[in-house]
Amino acid sequence: MRREASPRPVEPRALHFGDEASRQDAAHLGMWIFLATEVLLFSVLFTAYALYRLTYPGVFQQAPAHMDVFLGTLNTFVLVVSSILVALAVDAIRNGRDFAAAALLALSVLLGIAFLFIKAAEYTKHVHDGALPGAWYAYEAFALPGANLYFTLYWVMTGVHAVHVLVGVGVLVTLALRTLAGEFGARFHTPVELGGMYWHLVDVIWLFLWPLLYLT
Amino acid sequence: MAPSHAEPSGAGPSYLDAERGLWSWLTTRDHKRIGVMFLAVLLLMFLLGGVFALALRVELLTPGETVMGRLAYNRAFTVHGVVMVWLFLIPSIPTAFGNFLLPLMIGARDVAFPRLNLASFYLYVLGAVMTLWGVFQGGVDTGWTFYTPYSTVTGREVMPVLLGVFVVGFSTILTGINFITTVHTLRAPGVTWMKVPLFVWALYGTSIIQVLATPVLGMVLMLVALERVAGAGLFDPSRGGDPLLFQHLFWFYSHPAVYIMVLPGMGVISETVCAFSRKRPFSYRVIVWSTVGISFVGFLTWGHHMFVSGQSTFGAGAFSVLSMLVAIFTAMKIFTWLGTMYRGSLWVSTPFTYVLGFIFLLFFGGMSGVAVAVTSADLHWHDTYFVVAHFHFIMVGASLMAFLAALHYWFPKMCGRMYPEGMGIGTAVLIIFGFIATFLPQFLLGNQGMPRRYADYPEAFQPLHVASTAGASLLGFGFLIVAVYLGWSLRHGRAAGRNPWGSEGYEWLSDSPPPEFNFHAPPRFPRPPHDYANPGVNTEVEHAA
Repeated sequence: MRREASPRPVEPRALHFGDEASRQDAAHLGMWIFLATEVLLFSVLFTAYALYRLTYPGVFQQAPAHMDVFLGTLNTFVLVVSSILVALAVDAIRNGRDFAAAALLALSVLLGIAFLFIKAAEYTKHVHDGALPGAWYAYEAFALPGANLYFTLYWVMTGVHAVHVLVGVGVLVTLALRTLAGEFGARFHTPVELGGMYWHLVDVIWLFLWPLLYLT
Repeated sequence: MAPSHAEPSGAGPSYLDAERGLWSWLTTRDHKRIGVMFLAVLLLMFLLGGVFALALRVELLTPGETVMGRLAYNRAFTVHGVVMVWLFLIPSIPTAFGNFLLPLMIGARDVAFPRLNLASFYLYVLGAVMTLWGVFQGGVDTGWTFYTPYSTVTGREVMPVLLGVFVVGFSTILTGINFITTVHTLRAPGVTWMKVPLFVWALYGTSIIQVLATPVLGMVLMLVALERVAGAGLFDPSRGGDPLLFQHLFWFYSHPAVYIMVLPGMGVISETVCAFSRKRPFSYRVIVWSTVGISFVGFLTWGHHMFVSGQSTFGAGAFSVLSMLVAIFTAMKIFTWLGTMYRGSLWVSTPFTYVLGFIFLLFFGGMSGVAVAVTSADLHWHDTYFVVAHFHFIMVGASLMAFLAALHYWFPKMCGRMYPEGMGIGTAVLIIFGFIATFLPQFLLGNQGMPRRYADYPEAFQPLHVASTAGASLLGFGFLIVAVYLGWSLRHGRAAGRNPWGSEGYEWLSDSPPPEFNFHAPPRFPRPPHDYANPGVNTEVEHAA
């Protein structure tokens, strides 16, 4: 069994992993499976969307006219750029540029927060219109049967996604601070990679929500 | 947990003595201790669900009101279903025996993510407390299935139950992620995929179902909660929604969940059949591929719960055929177990008695499953006691027999002591007959038209109901005896020694009870498990590292 000098103390319980690389493999595999569960979580909402789009095709075609396509698209841009920054941060930490990695993570945190503010601005507008989910739906400009379901789905899908963005921002903040504190470097940076994977997934889910809710 | 332990069969302290005190248990990251803690809570849940089952059977002794009103009856069967399904059967074998044995069976020191494992235990406890709080706060009368639209309008106690089951789901997902990663990354040198013990394969298949299906359940429960809080309308026809969507999504989880309950049991049987027949599995590969097959096909059968809910004829036909495929995979397993016993050196021990019960009941339950998978026949049996008897044969007859087989087979490994064997076999026979007496009459009742979930029935049904209640009393009495002699054995049983069964399963190479890190030295497994032709080749090696 080959054992490299470990970059951090290894508990006796974890000695069955031969080296840091196999510990990292296990962490990655666990994260990939977790991401699969996230996809299945959202799949319920996509299924409901498909069902009601088939049931009320007219409503779903007209709905984007009642959305703020500019803000939605801006948010797509914001998330994609933040994902790129996280990818660059992972690259930086792998190559030992700790400070650059922390700075890139901090920038993507700012973009994540910007996403949430833009989303909040959109929500405010919908609340003002009365385009609320479920029983509170009172949007007179769009009162076709099924319009309430479109907006219920819109609120649930973007709401669950926004919770994920919020969690992601928390994760990235923690990672940035721990990077600054010198916990991660070229030899050990698994948590940064895992946090990055999670952030990319949140981004990818938005890339599906955006066309479904704003464009088609 | 038990204050006095058998001397470990090897040198050094066992996992029970490595640290002392309640706090060391509550903060442990040892998979064996977490497994034991799960087992303790699961047995409590089983007791609770069982008491309510008996209450239901007492109510059904006579037509009309016997001991409880109709609302109380609805609440009682909901407690029985919710506790047994969500809090006992789904987590049972994987979290208790899976946690304890998985690392031992692949020669690892622990699971891949020990802290996550402990988190899974606390999430389970939290979810169970929330669920029970809701159930006892005033009662829930939805049944364990939470069908909409009723679940969105009935009493407010449904909310904590929904959230509790949601949290238990997180626990299930974390355990699944942990097991899959452990099997992929922590197999000891020599344990190739085709040498992994069959119980581990079963846990692996189960974990895949757990991680892929449970998130769907979680989101569906959240949508029902949203329906209650905000009148979301997604499942409400008065707002344009479709309650059938709920049924589809619910059964997309809850049908595979049946395999979450029964696959680990099949794994237990594959291990015990080999150990007590003193033979290699008749065909290792058939068991492995049928496990994988059930995990896969299990995802494509949910529509057979909805034959009368409004489904296209083509859809119903497709679901019917796919459901029968499961029976083929199950039959492959049954033939393999029988082939393993054939000309084996059979040892009729307590676990083996449960194995025989398991095979008989699984066969019976499986065949009645094929019967209800036929769409035309299901129209007659849907929502009757026939279906109740069918799924109790699978979920209780099979899963519970396997649970008891596992409990008796690995009891010496877990605590280092034996139980009185004659008592064990006698009780096993009593339990198997009690079980048949309980549920065989229910097939007949259902066929005559007795609907499920009814507190009342015409007088003509009474003899069969009395027979069923008598069987249930036998069953309850049997469990009581098991509790007494196993409890007694925890303290007073004779020391088991490393391998009381003479089994060639990998886990028996470790001490009983095992040391904190399972093996004193990294083990070597050059031969497959249960290779009785070459006994003693698999060993712990002293200076491998």
